[in-house]
Amino acid sequence: MPESLTKFIFGRLTLESLPLHEPIVVGTFIVVALGGLAVLVAITYFKLWGYLWREWFTSVDHKKIGVMYMVLGLVMLLRGFSDAIMMRLQQAIAFNGSEGYLNAHHYDQIFTAHGVIMIFFVAMPFVTGLMNFVVPLQIGARDVSFPFLNNFSFWMTVGGAILVMASLFVGEFARTGWLAYPPLSGINYSPDVGVDYYIWALQVAGVGTTLSGINLICTIIKMRAPGMTMMRMPVFTWTSLCTNVLIVASFPVLTAVLTLLALDRYVGTNFFTNDFGGNPMMYVNLIWIWGHPEVYILILPLFGVFSEVTSTFSGKRLFGYTSMVYATVVITILSYLVWLHHFFTMGSGASVNSFFGITTMIISIPTGAKMFNWLFTMYRGRIRFELPMMWTLAFMLTFVVGGMTGVLLAVPPADFVLHNSLFLIAHFHNVIIGGVLFGLFAGIAYWWPKAFGFRLDPFWGKVSFWCWVLGFWFAFMPLYILGLMGVTRRMRVFDDPSLQIWFVIAAFGAVLIAAGIAAFLVQIFVSIRKRAELVDVTGDPWDGRTLEWSTSSPPPAYNFAFTPVIRDNDAWWDMKKAGYRRPLNGFKPIHMPKNTGTGVILAVFSVALGFGLIWYMWWLAALSFVCLIATAIGHTFNYHRDFDIPAAEVAQTEEARTTLLAAQA
Amino acid sequence: MASTATTADAGPVFYLEEEHAHAEGGSTMLGFWLYLMSDCLIFAMLFAAFGVLGGNYAAGPAPKDLFDLGLVAVNTTMLLLSSITYGFAMLTMDKGRVGATQAWLGVTMLFGLAFLSIELYEFAHMIHEGATPQRSAFLSSFFTLVGTHGLHVTFGIVWMVTLMVQVARHSLIEANRRRLMCLSMFWHFLDVVWIGVFTFVYLMGTLR
Amino acid sequence: MSAHDHAGHDHAHGGAAHGSLKGYLIGFFLSVILTAIPFWMVMTGAIDNKQATAVIVMAFAAVQIIVHMVFFLHMTPASEGGWSMLALIFTVILVVIVLSGSLWVMYHLNANMMPGLHEMRQMP
Repeated sequence: MPESLTKFIFGRLTLESLPLHEPIVVGTFIVVALGGLAVLVAITYFKLWGYLWREWFTSVDHKKIGVMYMVLGLVMLLRGFSDAIMMRLQQAIAFNGSEGYLNAHHYDQIFTAHGVIMIFFVAMPFVTGLMNFVVPLQIGARDVSFPFLNNFSFWMTVGGAILVMASLFVGEFARTGWLAYPPLSGINYSPDVGVDYYIWALQVAGVGTTLSGINLICTIIKMRAPGMTMMRMPVFTWTSLCTNVLIVASFPVLTAVLTLLALDRYVGTNFFTNDFGGNPMMYVNLIWIWGHPEVYILILPLFGVFSEVTSTFSGKRLFGYTSMVYATVVITILSYLVWLHHFFTMGSGASVNSFFGITTMIISIPTGAKMFNWLFTMYRGRIRFELPMMWTLAFMLTFVVGGMTGVLLAVPPADFVLHNSLFLIAHFHNVIIGGVLFGLFAGIAYWWPKAFGFRLDPFWGKVSFWCWVLGFWFAFMPLYILGLMGVTRRMRVFDDPSLQIWFVIAAFGAVLIAAGIAAFLVQIFVSIRKRAELVDVTGDPWDGRTLEWSTSSPPPAYNFAFTPVIRDNDAWWDMKKAGYRRPLNGFKPIHMPKNTGTGVILAVFSVALGFGLIWYMWWLAALSFVCLIATAIGHTFNYHRDFDIPAAEVAQTEEARTTLLAAQA
Repeated sequence: MASTATTADAGPVFYLEEEHAHAEGGSTMLGFWLYLMSDCLIFAMLFAAFGVLGGNYAAGPAPKDLFDLGLVAVNTTMLLLSSITYGFAMLTMDKGRVGATQAWLGVTMLFGLAFLSIELYEFAHMIHEGATPQRSAFLSSFFTLVGTHGLHVTFGIVWMVTLMVQVARHSLIEANRRRLMCLSMFWHFLDVVWIGVFTFVYLMGTLR
Repeated sequence: MSAHDHAGHDHAHGGAAHGSLKGYLIGFFLSVILTAIPFWMVMTGAIDNKQATAVIVMAFAAVQIIVHMVFFLHMTPASEGGWSMLALIFTVILVVIVLSGSLWVMYHLNANMMPGLHEMRQMP
C-alpha cells in the first residue's frame, strides 16, 4: 500500500503507536484482554446479550441507568487505583540511586491518568449514579424528565471512559498532570496523542454530564409529588439539585476551555501559546473556574447521603433542616468565588490573593454548620451502628481534618510554602476519600437493599470499612509530613534517603486500601450468594424516613403504583405514623417511556469521532460526525416514544408483593 | 388536580387515586432554557478570552485595520429581521396556519443564510489579507467567538429545515409546536449573544 | 410554590405567553433604534471622548438585551413558575463573576508576571 494511502486511512496511527516495547503495559494489556474476553465469552455462553441489550443498555429506566453508572464507576475505580498503587510502589523504592521500576515517560502518564480517571470516571459516575437512582424515588416520580437523554448521557460518559482506556493500549495518555496546563499541553511540547486523548475523552464525557445535570434539575423542579414543596424535599434531593445546578453552570466552562486548547493544538491558534500574544495563565484561570465548582459537585451529594443516613440511623428527624438547605445553597454560590486559591503562587499579587483567600475561608462556615447539624442529629438519638452509619462516623472524623488543612491552605502565605507539595496532595485526598468515597460507600450500603432487594453482607462490609479507613490514614498522613518537609508532588525519584520511611508507610497504607477494595468486591459477591438470607421483602429495611422506602425493593419499573401525596419532610415516616396502608386495588394503566438504542448508537459515533480526531484520521472524524448528526435528526422523527403499562400488569405486580408481604408476616 | 380520600371517613390522603397527569413534554421548555443558560456560559468564556486576549495584536492587524462596520451593520440587520420573522412564524403557529408558518420559517432561514454568507465573506476577506486565526491571540479569540456564534446559527438553520419537514409531515401537532418554541428560544438567544458580539467585539474593538 | 401547579402553566403557553404582533413590533423597533444609535456613534465618532462612547455603547447593549428578553424571549417573572427567571439571574451573576473576575485576575497577573507585555504586544 502506498504510504500516502496508509497515512490517509490511519492518520498518525502506526504499529509503533502500540506500546509493545513496554513490558508493564503489555502485561496489563494481556490481563485486561483476557479478563475482557472471559466476560464476553461468559455473556455469549449464557446467552445474555439479548437480555443485556433489551433490559439494560437500551433502558431508559432511571434505576437501571443509575446502577449502570455505579458499575462504570466501580470498574474505573479498579483502573484508577492500579495507577495509584503503582505510583506508591515507585515512590517507595526509588531511593539511593534506584530509578524504581517506572520510567519517566510512563510515570507521568500514570499520575495524569490517575487524576483524570478518579475525578471524571470514578467519582462523577458514582455521584451521578446515586442521584439518578435515588432522586426520582425520593420525590415520588416515575422517571426523570427526559428518560432518553438520561440513557444517552450515560453512554456518553462510557464513551469518554472507553477513550481513556484505549489510550492505555493504543498510543499513550497525557503526561501533563490532570489539568493539562499549557504550554506543556500545547502542540510544541506534547506533540503526541496523549493530550488529544485527554481532550476528547473529557469532551465526550462532558456532554453526558451536562445533559444529565439539566435532566435532574428539571426532574426535581417539575416532577415532585403533590405536596412536596421545596422545603419539604429530602436533603439528598436538595444537595442533588444544587450539585446539578453546579454541573450545568460549570461544565460548559470546561467544554469551552478544552475547545480553546484543542484549537491551539489542531488549528494553530494562539490562546495559550508563548508567542503571538497567547497567554498560558489564562488557561489556568479559566479551567479553575470550572475546577473549583467541580469539587463541590463531588462532595455536595454525599453531604446529602450523610444527612439521610444520620437521621435514619439515629431514628430522629434531621437537626436543622433549614440551615442545612441554606448552607448547601450558600456553598453553591460561594464555590464560584474561590477559584483563584488554586494558583495563589502564579503571581496575581496581594489584593487578588487576599480576596480569594478570604472567600475560601468563608466557605468553611456553611460546611462547619453542616457538621454541627449532623452531630446534633445524633445527640440523644438511638444510634444503630450499621455499615452506612459507620462510614458516616469515619467521614466526620476524617473530613474535619481535611477541612482544617484546607483552611490552612486558604491562607496565601501558607500556600506559598505548601503549594504543589505533598501536603496539598494529602489535603485533597483527605477530603475526596474521607468525604466523597466514604460517602459513596455509605450510600451504596444504604441503598443497595432498595436496588436489589437484599442487604449487603455486614461482615465483609466491616472488613472493607476498617481496611479503607486505616489504609487511608496510613497512606496520607505521611504525605502531610513529607509536604511540610517540602517534598513536591509528581516526583519519580528521590535523593534524600531519610524520606524513604514515610513513603514506605504510605505504600503500606495503599496496600491496606487495596485490601479494602478487595473486601468490598468480596462483600458484593458474598451478598449475592447469600441473598436468600439477606433478603428484605418489606422494602424498608432500615426503618427509613423518605419516600424511596415506601415502595418495594427493587421498585417496580413504574416506582409507585399511585403517586404519593406528601405532608411532611420525612414523608414516609409521616405516612407510617399516620397509619398508611398499601393500596390493593383500583390500579390504572401507567404511562411510561419506551426503551431505545439511539443513545448507544450516538455514543458509538461520538467515540469514533473522538478517535478519528485523536489520530488525525480525518475521514473517520468527518464520517462519524455526519452519522452523529444524521442519527440525532433521525431520532427526532420518532414521535412514539411512550407506552402504557396495562392496569392488569400493575395489579399483577402489586399482587405479587402483597403475597410476599403476607408470607413474611 | 383530582385527588380523593383513601377512606370514606376523610382520613389523611396518602396517594392520588386518579393519575397525576404530567403533561407530555411538560419539562421541555424549562430543560431547553437551562441548556441555553449553559450555552450562555460557553459564550461567556469566549467573551472572557476575547476580553483578556483581544488586545494582543502581536504586531499584527488591529480591529481598526480589519473591521468594516458598515458590513457588520448590514449583518446585524439580517439577524434582527430574522428574529422578527421568526416571531411572525410563532404568531401564525398560534393561529394554527400551517402554510403561513412554513413561509415565515422559510423567510427566517433566508435571513439566517444571508447573515452566514456575509460573515463568511468577512472571514474570507480577513484571511485573504493575512489576518488569519493563527496570526495573533486577538485574531484567535475573534474568530473563535464570532465563529462559534456562526456555528450556532448554522445549527439553527439545519434544525429549522428539520422542523419544516416535520411540520410538513405531521402538521402543527403539540410535539411540533413545542419544538418550534424551543427553536424560537434558541434563535432569539443567538440574537442576544450577537448584541454582545457587535458591541464588545466590533464597536468596542474599533474604539480601542 | 406548590409542586404541581405546572399542569396549568403548560397550557397557558397557548396564548399570551408567545407575545402578540404588537409586542414583536415594539421589540423590533426598539432594537433597531438601540442598534442603530451605537453604530452611528462609533462610525461617525459623534462624541469625541472614546471612553464616554464606550460606556454609552455598553449601556445601549444592556438595554437591548433586556428588550430582547422581554419582547422576543417573553421572559416574565412568572414563566415556568419563576424558575426560568431564577436560572437567568443565576447565569447573569455567574457571567458577571466570570468576566469581571477573569479580567481582574488576568490584569494583575499580566502586570506582575509579564512586565513587558505592552512592548510585547508590538512584537511578533
